[in-house]
Amino acid sequence: MIARSGTVAEPSGNDGVSRRRLLIVASTGVGSVVAGAALAETLADVPPREPGAPLSGHSERSQYVKLSRIPEAGPGMRNVDPNNAINSKTPLNKLVGAVTPTDLHYERSHAGVPDLDPAKHRLLIHGKVRKPLVLTVDDLEAMPSVSRVHFIECTGNGWENWKKADPTLTVQNTHGLVSTNEWTGVPLRFLIDLVGKDRGSTWMLAEGGDGAAVDRSIPLTDEIMDEAIVAYGQNGEPLRPAHGFPIRLIMPGFEGNLHIKWLRRLKFGDQPWMTRWETARYTQLLPDGKARQFQLRMETNSVITSPSGMMEIRPGYNRITGLAWSGHGKIAKVEVSTDAGKTWKAAQLNYPVLPKAQSRFQMDWEWNGTPAAIVSRSTDERGNVQPDRKTFVDRVGTNALFHYHAQQTWIIDSAGKVRNALA
Amino acid sequence: MRWLSTAIASGIVAGSLTSSAFAYDVGRPAAPDEIKLWDIDVQPDGTGLPDGSGTVAHGKEVYRDNCEVCHGANGEGGIKDRLVGGAGSLTSNKPLKTVGSYWPYATTVFDYIRRAMPYPIPGSLSNDDIYAVSAYILSLNGILPGDGKLDRDTLPKIKMPNRDGFIPDPVFKIDNEQGPPTKRGVAR
Repeated sequence: MIARSGTVAEPSGNDGVSRRRLLIVASTGVGSVVAGAALAETLADVPPREPGAPLSGHSERSQYVKLSRIPEAGPGMRNVDPNNAINSKTPLNKLVGAVTPTDLHYERSHAGVPDLDPAKHRLLIHGKVRKPLVLTVDDLEAMPSVSRVHFIECTGNGWENWKKADPTLTVQNTHGLVSTNEWTGVPLRFLIDLVGKDRGSTWMLAEGGDGAAVDRSIPLTDEIMDEAIVAYGQNGEPLRPAHGFPIRLIMPGFEGNLHIKWLRRLKFGDQPWMTRWETARYTQLLPDGKARQFQLRMETNSVITSPSGMMEIRPGYNRITGLAWSGHGKIAKVEVSTDAGKTWKAAQLNYPVLPKAQSRFQMDWEWNGTPAAIVSRSTDERGNVQPDRKTFVDRVGTNALFHYHAQQTWIIDSAGKVRNALA
Repeated sequence: MRWLSTAIASGIVAGSLTSSAFAYDVGRPAAPDEIKLWDIDVQPDGTGLPDGSGTVAHGKEVYRDNCEVCHGANGEGGIKDRLVGGAGSLTSNKPLKTVGSYWPYATTVFDYIRRAMPYPIPGSLSNDDIYAVSAYILSLNGILPGDGKLDRDTLPKIKMPNRDGFIPDPVFKIDNEQGPPTKRGVAR
């Protein structure tokens, strides 16, 4: 019996559940992606073909497909008024493949989404440089460009599970602050050469044109200077406003908040500026009361997206699938356990597996109907292994708020209900 | 250009960009006067702080008119962050991170208020008002006396209670005296 991703199925009864009843459940239950899935008992019931709607200038989703992000606030603060939301989470439980649809890429904005006219937007590059410059968006688009597929992850991803596991959470709630898109723009290295950065400049301040002028100090390592991009393109089109239109910084593998949106200033210096976000906000409290600072790289991570929180499965064949990613590079291996981490089996990785991008994994599983706990564990090309929760919490405590990347466990009861759990 | 040679060597750029003699004449020089308009960042040593000054007493008025609606009377919190208290809470199961208990630099208070506050009209306060309201918030936390006053010289000299509470990632060097972080940054 097959429990498809996003499909709610009843547990098999002793006499078997009729397919019609099953599909009615599927069409109305929690986690259903395709509302009103085909109800046909035989091919004769499939509606006849007919001419369709006129061609249009813009492709909308099918009326049968319901996909949406969820605006949320801090841990445990869900179902909030969008005015009070601080982020908006990607529906990982309802997506396939590895690339996130542009309009569903997660969002974290600190002072709303500004409505910027690209003709009036400017990028100022100054500080310890030979030739301070003002650039227009047209200037940037005229420069040599690169396109890269990368994940961006909010440092708050996973923060619902630091201290407890709310059993009503879906994977959208627990892990919806990570997404993967293709980003197009000018390599930072090109701009550094253009303005003639001083050799002694080792840090760069990047500042946004939003109401809060969010700014972060960025260490100018070779890796960052080689890989960072001032991007104007997202999945082949101009950036969407929520994601930084007209230009943003892309910092592959590093904290989401470093990918400064609505970028309007780059200033070169030789010390970090100690901005509010890199002192009071994006720092991680340890059990002794000290806080880790400039913990900029996003760690090796993975999560099973199906079956996942609030879904239901039936005994028999089930396909386990999910996403893995690492700020260190490519994912080398994902293992899946169906017995709470006692034994592990290698999952299949879908190609292409790209550096600092999400990778899709899947594994066949025969569920025998007894309680189970399914977990994924990723390893990246540098040998970093995603830690189990106990090892992770023993190391960093439960007050860090950010950079949670412990293995995610979904427990499944004998009725097939899948729920969020700590281990 | 260094970028081009790197790009070509690693096969990033195809055919048309093979000449490193190509002149990139894009953008325009930034004039010092216009840079000043946007150059708002303040560093821990006080670099970037403007002229002007403000007292705790005046800051109380600025706070009442601009901040209290979100941060509550006396900074005790409302619909937005609490600004006072939390001392001794950082090791508890419910750490309370405020300007007084957590922020390591007083310069960051000035910088953040100037760039981001008040939320509906950022940039609307005068430099004198920002010095004053910074002084008031610090006084609420017992860091500045009630008759205190701040300016570009006195603000960077304040030692915040949690100044030594942070452990920077060793991969990214903070102290420039030990050389650039470039080579160290490749460690994973």
